[in-house]
Amino acid sequence: MTDNISRETIHNEAIDPDFIDAIVDAGADRIRTCIQCGTCSSVCPSGRRTAFRTRELMRKALLGLKDEVLSSPDLWLCATCLTCLERCPRQIKVTDAIIIMRNMAVAEGYMLPQHRKSSKKLLETGHAVPIDDANREIRKNLGLKEIPPTVHSSDEALADVQKIMERTGFKKLIEEEKEEK
Amino acid sequence: MTESQTYSFFLGCVMPNRFPNVEASIRLVLPKLGIELEDLEGASCCPAPGVIRSFSEPTWLALASRNLALAEMAGHDLLTGCNGCYGTFKETLSEIREHPERLKEVQSVFKGMGLKFKGEVEAKHLIEIIYELDPENIKKRLTKSLEGIKVGVHYGCHLLKPSKNRPWGQTQRHTFLDELVELTGATSTKYKDKFLCCGAGGGVRGSQVAVSVDIAKEKLDNLLEVGVDCIVNVCSFCHLQYEASQVQLNKELGEKKYQIPVIYYTQLLGLAMGLDPMELGLGVHMISTQPLLDKILGK
Repeated sequence: MTDNISRETIHNEAIDPDFIDAIVDAGADRIRTCIQCGTCSSVCPSGRRTAFRTRELMRKALLGLKDEVLSSPDLWLCATCLTCLERCPRQIKVTDAIIIMRNMAVAEGYMLPQHRKSSKKLLETGHAVPIDDANREIRKNLGLKEIPPTVHSSDEALADVQKIMERTGFKKLIEEEKEEK
Repeated sequence: MTESQTYSFFLGCVMPNRFPNVEASIRLVLPKLGIELEDLEGASCCPAPGVIRSFSEPTWLALASRNLALAEMAGHDLLTGCNGCYGTFKETLSEIREHPERLKEVQSVFKGMGLKFKGEVEAKHLIEIIYELDPENIKKRLTKSLEGIKVGVHYGCHLLKPSKNRPWGQTQRHTFLDELVELTGATSTKYKDKFLCCGAGGGVRGSQVAVSVDIAKEKLDNLLEVGVDCIVNVCSFCHLQYEASQVQLNKELGEKKYQIPVIYYTQLLGLAMGLDPMELGLGVHMISTQPLLDKILGK
């Protein structure tokens, strides 16, 4: 008789024992105290309508399932509403932990195309959402400066903003697209 | 009336580039409350706390610090009307104050740019500044009672959380925005899950729009159930989310079920001050504000 229940075996090679240390070092210092109570999942607005389970993500991080966590599109379903962080009975900075893992994912080359697109806009214009013709017109009609008095109005300011993004490595990170695993 | 105070007005991206009407209402209304605004020239994207911070935290910290440095050099505290930008600046300031090595990191990125930054500036949300005013002084400015107007108040997330790094002195069941809405004579209507996220943040609207709109729909449905004349918000991104999601939901349904006017707090306050709705930018909304204006001003 065949066994119809599929086993979900976690193989040793899937476990990276350094993964959780890196998350703790980056600031999610209480994550090891997680008791898997599920408060985070129960208050999650994304979890109400998708398969995203914050508790599962925390558990996988603790197990060291680095590749599985970083490659999962679910990592990008968190709207950063911070409710889990507020309610965690262990005071784990859950949202911070997710943001730390997202940074690791991007460094490994996992980035959604729409996110790369808005990052490119930021690199190009200093705004993730730059001005367009329709809104220039609306601004004019409302008696506002047609071009907002931001980095949009100053080449010098834009040069500084771009230099900062070069120095922090953002330009390289976004423009040199790594081969996705 | 109140003693005048000057702030560096940080615009961000969504407000000046997608909802200039919200910006216009802020520029019109705040000076009437004694809050003077000076443009923060050359400011960039904040950058977004759930988006750019998710891609490269050091880049987020450096760009946010640059915006704060511009205000610090201008000698004013920074004022924002967007919850996301507010979150970015509050979290940046706490990060560099708790970890001085992060401030040094940022200063070294700034080398040669003439940016002086000690992290002494404060960042405030405009609703925080309005709430600090004497309500009686605000009332003196109001000429038009909004009695009979039912408002669905939406706070948003980053304005309130993480509560440890916010000025409200409580973690939940906030009432400050309801109080400020009711100053105008309008009623803040009770509805289910008032503190639910709009669903736009964290890069979710940008990349998984169906999930994002479905989160917005939950609150919109709760509001339809109790019946309100408008949603009042204090965040340009929440504002975008409720405007754009209603348009999209109507398109998907093939009927105009979602028609709740979405207005920013300074637009509501401006109406109660008797200001011209067109000057408050109420004529260029994605969801028509006409039914609300008719009810307030009479047809």
